[in-house]
Amino acid sequence: MSTSVTPVLRLDGIVKTFPGVKALDGVSLTVMPGEVHALMGENGAGKSTLMKVLGGIFAPNEGQIFIADEPVQMTSPLQAKSKGVVFIHQELSLADELSVAENIFLGELPRKSLGRVDWLTLYDRTDRILKTLNVGFNARTRVGDLSIANQQMVEIARALTVDPIAVIFDEPTASLTDAEKSVLFDVIADLKGRGVGIIYISHRMEEIFKITDRISVLRDGQYRGTLDTAHTNEDEVTQLMIGRSLDLSRKASSHEVGEIALEARNLSCGSLYQDVSFTVRRGEVVGFYGLVGAGRTEIAETIFGLREPSGGEILLDGQTVQFRSPIDAIARGISLVPEDRKGQGLVLGMNCRDNMTLPQVGDLVAGPFVSDGAEIAIFDQYRDKLDIRTPGWRQTVGNLSGGNQQKIVIGKWLSMHPSVLIVDEPTRGIDVGSKAEIHNLIRDLAAQGYAVVVISSEMPEVLHVSDRIVAMYQGRIICDFTAETVTEDNLIQAISGIDPRKVA
Amino acid sequence: MTKETLFKQGAIWAFIAVELAFFTIAGDFLSTSDKSFMDFDNMLLLLKQSAPIGIIAVGMTIIMINGNIDLSVGAVFALAAVVMLDSMTWPFMAALGDWAIPLAWLFALTTGMVLGAINGFIVWKTGVDAFIVTLGSMLGYRGLVFMYNGEQPTSHLNWTLVDFAEAQFLGLHTATWFFLVCVLVLWLVMTRTVHGRNAYAIGNNREAAVNAGIKVGPHILLNFVIIGFLAALSAVVFYSESGSVNPNDGMLYELWAITAVVLGGTKLMGGYGSIISTLGGVIAIQLLRKGLGHIGADTETVNLVIGLILIAVLILDRQLNQKGKQELRT
Repeated sequence: MSTSVTPVLRLDGIVKTFPGVKALDGVSLTVMPGEVHALMGENGAGKSTLMKVLGGIFAPNEGQIFIADEPVQMTSPLQAKSKGVVFIHQELSLADELSVAENIFLGELPRKSLGRVDWLTLYDRTDRILKTLNVGFNARTRVGDLSIANQQMVEIARALTVDPIAVIFDEPTASLTDAEKSVLFDVIADLKGRGVGIIYISHRMEEIFKITDRISVLRDGQYRGTLDTAHTNEDEVTQLMIGRSLDLSRKASSHEVGEIALEARNLSCGSLYQDVSFTVRRGEVVGFYGLVGAGRTEIAETIFGLREPSGGEILLDGQTVQFRSPIDAIARGISLVPEDRKGQGLVLGMNCRDNMTLPQVGDLVAGPFVSDGAEIAIFDQYRDKLDIRTPGWRQTVGNLSGGNQQKIVIGKWLSMHPSVLIVDEPTRGIDVGSKAEIHNLIRDLAAQGYAVVVISSEMPEVLHVSDRIVAMYQGRIICDFTAETVTEDNLIQAISGIDPRKVA
Repeated sequence: MTKETLFKQGAIWAFIAVELAFFTIAGDFLSTSDKSFMDFDNMLLLLKQSAPIGIIAVGMTIIMINGNIDLSVGAVFALAAVVMLDSMTWPFMAALGDWAIPLAWLFALTTGMVLGAINGFIVWKTGVDAFIVTLGSMLGYRGLVFMYNGEQPTSHLNWTLVDFAEAQFLGLHTATWFFLVCVLVLWLVMTRTVHGRNAYAIGNNREAAVNAGIKVGPHILLNFVIIGFLAALSAVVFYSESGSVNPNDGMLYELWAITAVVLGGTKLMGGYGSIISTLGGVIAIQLLRKGLGHIGADTETVNLVIGLILIAVLILDRQLNQKGKQELRT
């Protein structure tokens, strides 16, 4: 990189310590104009802390931030924005009931005399910004009526109300489908073309290699190096991130599949999905792949007793079952590792042990009281089995990393000895190292004879763990593939509503 | 117990120690009484006086841990008292002599449980927020109190009952014993039983509790029955001694109970809290009242000070918690 160009943003030797922890240890980062700079690292490597320092949420203990070679003190995200540094967060912070325009200019609505809002100017300015983003909604649309992807566009539009010199995207594609991602990438390309420097934080290698120019890696709060995207590969980046290399290739299943454990026959649920039929055998992993909103999660929720089907039937070991609630489903050996780990899977304020034994604590009693010993025995067993890294069972689950949290949820269900395990987005928001562990775990469980359903929006993941893949589009199963016959192209066609067998 | 919870649960007791020290020293200068504040009998009396609100606050703690709230406890308290005192004047009860006492207690406690169950059932089956449901029942139950006897007080003095209520066992008054036993039993329920565990889980993350196959509704119902029982028990203990209830008695008790619970560190949104800390909260409030009285402040000042301290404590709690929430690397 030539030194004659002034970097838009430079972080120099940033140190941030918390009581007992050195979260950032002399981290430096330079972003050039018109560059997409990936920031990578496992969860807890210090990415978020670094961005919070940049956004003025944390004051660094040492080090200096430069914007266009000017040293600056960041005091708040608002101040950062006024200097042209804007953040687009993974979690959306929009007011559903307000219009797109009101959301974009929230806090800085154009005014007329007596504090009245200047609606015409507001809508006009908003529509001008939206035009550059090429979106299908306008300034007056209620934000609550937009899809998640479009809501993300509103967040981006909000960033563009100032002339940004640097934009930070924090896991922007976490809840986007492939089609929506490409729209986002177009926006990023456009910003790049205008000479804006971009920091792109993501766990997804595919995207990183598609859109970034350079990759900087953090590990344990330390800067590990910067690579030119064009001259590196996934292996090298992964090694830098975790200090070892990972095998992500498909493992052929070496075991026999057994009887049909779970079967759906013409299952429907109102407008969510229709006429869905599939089987899952013991010892088999069936992957459900499709766009967000294709009805995959809703099928899982129906099987788990959270939704009432409007038609069709569910069979367990050949018997028709009807579940009125998860209580019935759990009793029949079905378990669900939900999509939203923190919102639906864990009681974040409770400790690891109590979370693990939550569904069966009623059976672990000695007299009127819960038996401490029985609970700890179960926790210890599954901590060892799943290699859960925690200082002890008393640790509050909210303090664990995403991967370990997910293992607690999985352990919770395994300790119930289920026959069917449904895992919805098994590795969402989980770092690369833990991802591989969870994938291996899923394969192992199938080998042990569990019937496993994996719902995922990540193609490499589905391809990696599944024996068969069911492709869904708008509430319907388009077709299913075996691991031997599937190709990426077929899969992409299928989730866009085209049956590749008919095309051929 | 981790260091963090030890610190949090210890805070209220440290506050009590500060109060004791302050009022003892300030009392030496300001009090007109020649008795010291820390006088043993004075402290025993303090425990007895904190019992009525305290017993209700214990129930409020489990309701709030569960993620709900009960505003109707003051009205339940009054109605249970009316039932107990009035029932003893019924002809067949009068004929039973002193055997009417346990029966009258039973009537009152049953009344409390039924009223609590009504609240719990509505919250469970309709899904309407407990705040709204019990706001309604607070007005409704109070209406029943007035329908019973108009504006007139309901009175009945039974000397056996008064003797029982005024008795002291191992130095502690009857009311204090009831309070402490409630604390002990409910502490065991919340920390050691399945019901307690599930109540915490439901309060902390209801969706995760449902997904774990926990029967959310019955747990909520049970907690409302318990608080109804405790509000009635509080009335039974208090009116056994006084023998006369005004239709306005027990008003604002719900707010005093909530104040004590919150001061003890239980979160309004549910999922966190401890019975023992509520005991601390109850004692801290009673100490403030008595202490301020001891140094010559009037009732209005007492309320002002308690209000200010409550807000100050919550601000402090927020500050401390926010510090604890900074990026934990795991």
